[in-house]
Amino acid sequence: MKLKLTFWKVVFIVIMGMGLYSTFIRYFYGLGAVSNMSDQFPWGLWIGFDCLCGVMLAAGGFCIVGAVYLFNVERLHSVMRPAVLTAFLGYILFIVGLLFDLGRPWYIWHQLIYMNPHSVMFEVGMCVMTYTTVLFFEFLPSVFERFNLKTPIKWIKKIYPALIVLGILLSTLHQSSLGSLYLIMPSKLHPFWYTPALPFLFFGSAIAVGLAMTIFESTQSAKAFGRHLELPVLVELGGALLVALWVNALLRFEDYFHRGMLGQIVKPSYEAYFLWLELMLAFVIPITLLSFKKVRLSSDGLYFASVISLLGFITNRLNVSLIGFETYAGHHYVPKWTEFSVTLMIIAMGFALFGVAVKYLPIFPEQGHPEPQRPRTELRPAVGTAVLGHAGD
Amino acid sequence: MSKALLYDATMCIGCKQCEVACAEQNKLPYDDRIAAESVQSEYKYTVVMTKEDKFMRRLCMHCEHPACASACPVGAFHKTKEGPVVYDVWKCIGCRYCMVACAFAQPKYEWHSRNPRVRKCIMCPDRVAAGKQTACAEICPTGATKFGDRDDLIKEAQERIRQNPSTYLPHIYGLHEVGGTCVLILSSVKVEEYGYPASAKLGDTPMPEYTGRVMEKIPDFIPVWSLVLGGIYWISHRRQEVAAAEAEERAEEEKNGSKR
Repeated sequence: MKLKLTFWKVVFIVIMGMGLYSTFIRYFYGLGAVSNMSDQFPWGLWIGFDCLCGVMLAAGGFCIVGAVYLFNVERLHSVMRPAVLTAFLGYILFIVGLLFDLGRPWYIWHQLIYMNPHSVMFEVGMCVMTYTTVLFFEFLPSVFERFNLKTPIKWIKKIYPALIVLGILLSTLHQSSLGSLYLIMPSKLHPFWYTPALPFLFFGSAIAVGLAMTIFESTQSAKAFGRHLELPVLVELGGALLVALWVNALLRFEDYFHRGMLGQIVKPSYEAYFLWLELMLAFVIPITLLSFKKVRLSSDGLYFASVISLLGFITNRLNVSLIGFETYAGHHYVPKWTEFSVTLMIIAMGFALFGVAVKYLPIFPEQGHPEPQRPRTELRPAVGTAVLGHAGD
Repeated sequence: MSKALLYDATMCIGCKQCEVACAEQNKLPYDDRIAAESVQSEYKYTVVMTKEDKFMRRLCMHCEHPACASACPVGAFHKTKEGPVVYDVWKCIGCRYCMVACAFAQPKYEWHSRNPRVRKCIMCPDRVAAGKQTACAEICPTGATKFGDRDDLIKEAQERIRQNPSTYLPHIYGLHEVGGTCVLILSSVKVEEYGYPASAKLGDTPMPEYTGRVMEKIPDFIPVWSLVLGGIYWISHRRQEVAAAEAEERAEEEKNGSKR
């Protein structure tokens, strides 16, 4: 155990060391020295992964908060704090990533004074700022509880309904606006991924990812921190995930159908291989897996299906932001190792901060009195459908 | 009235005087090595490309509805009333959305600077505002690049096509593309051969409309969605409160009942 711990510590130190070297290169020699971005490829891994995937993976926050507070799914209460923590850390790290990617990050505050309401990027920026603030307040109760501060908890409880509504509103806007960003490039982005439905698809997939991410992080923390795993909660989330995946798959099918693309997506091509990979990972494999009751009722099965679908949606975001531009740009973009090292450093920071927070704050429900394990035979997709029912609004 | 540039590729002799004048006007470096480069870059706003015995010039198109200006979160780009699309570097935060948004891939970046700027042709806005021609048009020895009112130049281009239908393709590139641009191109070969995006791919819809369709709905969406979310919250919690109150009542009744 001790040896294992030092091994991971060494990995962490190596990642941080390489990341800090890249950070130095980034700020002293410019974006060109640290990355393979160019005039043909102005956006690279940092936008494609750190920003698009980072925000997507933080969707668990608003999904679970919505389920618990809007739809009163009390059973999910135990996974709400980890989900909010993940979202909060996700947004903080997303901002860190942005500080690497922006050419002039020291002027980031210009967003607040030189506003351009026609710009989707402006909407994105405002959502990031406000939603991170909301997440901070949603996260605060666990800090107050830790230090036993009764009065501030009372205050937070008073504004909680407003926080919840605001948080979900901002998430809706933010998740969809990341898709809207690409609407202005109909002649550049490959037709497999350019569709007027991009904002809806981004929002819809964020809900599926939010559910999958909650399953992933609950299982992962149960393993890492020796927490009790609440299987009924995971089973419930797994059912909702299955419904969310079906809805997303249907949305994708309808989009291709109405744009007359079905014939083209089955023809082999460079882009088609990536699209197939995406569709296999995001939909085909997890939906098939989750259709088996045996898988849906086992923690390993749920974990596996969630991870596969997460990889699928990550592929989707990378396809939209990187692969979809290669034909237009006329060359392949492969990130430089220094770009990877910054991304890795940010991810490592995320894991470390999550670990620290879980260790010192009441994030997971108290142990010792686990809920009796009720066998849950019926599937309850209520959460998924209820949330998704408004996805197209 | 909007000013514009008409570039007639059939009149161009590839002397690259426009490149020289542009570099001088914008205080950019220029030497034999840069002259030999056939791509635009942070220090080369305009380029004259050669293919066999034909030439083609490339520069910012100065769209009537510029995607860069619509995309920029801090409004660092704007179109002046005379036509040029200009850049205010002091506003720029470096998100590079303008570069991704531009259908003609015109904004270039100072990738190796610590405080990088976006660089592109700005159509000599000071000269144009003062009633002068752009530097490239003024120096052009053959009149291949001609400066003037957009409407006049369109008429002239149409006239040239009418008089020499065998020389020109019957199309003015920039007349309708992405809602019209302030650089108009006449040519005997397809501009795509020189890296310009094909007209069919661009379409006539101004690029900002694609995002505008979504952005314009957001002010309406916010109150409606807030109300829906708030309403759901209220209903589901009201139900809970009622259930709690009823349970209490029942408990009270039972207590009273047992007393009697």
